[in-house]
Amino acid sequence: MLNALLGGVLIGSAAALFLWLNGRIAGVSSVITNLLFSKDRLWSALFITGIVAGAALFYALGGSTPTPRSNFPAWLLALAGVSVGFGTALARGCTSGHGVCGLGRLSPRSLVATLTFLSVGLLTTFVVRHILGVI
Amino acid sequence: MTKIVALISGLIFGFGLALSGMTHPEKVLGFLDVAGQWDPSLLFVLGGAVTVTVISFRVILKLRAPVFAAAFLVSEAVSLDWPLLIGSSLFGAGWGISGYCPGPAVALLAAPNWELWVFLPAMLLGYGLHWYFFGRLAQVDQAGVIDNLKSELPGCG
Repeated sequence: MLNALLGGVLIGSAAALFLWLNGRIAGVSSVITNLLFSKDRLWSALFITGIVAGAALFYALGGSTPTPRSNFPAWLLALAGVSVGFGTALARGCTSGHGVCGLGRLSPRSLVATLTFLSVGLLTTFVVRHILGVI
Repeated sequence: MTKIVALISGLIFGFGLALSGMTHPEKVLGFLDVAGQWDPSLLFVLGGAVTVTVISFRVILKLRAPVFAAAFLVSEAVSLDWPLLIGSSLFGAGWGISGYCPGPAVALLAAPNWELWVFLPAMLLGYGLHWYFFGRLAQVDQAGVIDNLKSELPGCG
């Protein structure tokens, strides 16, 4: 639980630093959108590189790497991926953009977005795990 | 300077994400699965992050401008609309199935496995589909109505 709290504090601090110095919102979905479709790509490429390097540093220092699930259907994972990409683009934000940053600036739109994806997430996990039996 | 800031902010963000355990999809699903063995980790991650942003953003957004840029690029949209609700629902469904949101999906490039090679391209396809169907429309809007430019910026809210 301490790692979760400390990790959260670091995520929040990174978002604060990015807003204070560069004036931008550290929302991963909008950074990806910018990297893919904008003409001013360099800063988003560097931010993404930083995320990968930061995670790599944690794993290099002995942090546990995720174990892939062996029995999870690949088609379902692909469907989820498309839904996450399309959905966060349409909503203009994900867990970081609406959750961490949007709640941080007390945006009502972000509060509604966060409550929506959390409650749909809870419901979906229940259906997938306990009704369809996919773990 | 903004380039170095982007890299360092990303670095801290990615380290925090990995430290928090959120690159493990089973920890995310452990939080979302209230009917199973509930894992409250995600609440601590979000709580820790939002505590920092609520306090710091109040101070930062009162400044006239950011340190290395001309203005804060923050969406000023306030109204609730269907794209926000439908988009967040689609995101929640994909998140609840897989246990991945965009940040961890990117961070996992540091420790790739078969799940990443399925999920990440699929997610990028999702962004591509949105751009194909709605991206051009938004560009026309931006070009036509300059006043709306700020609210059309990608980002939160």
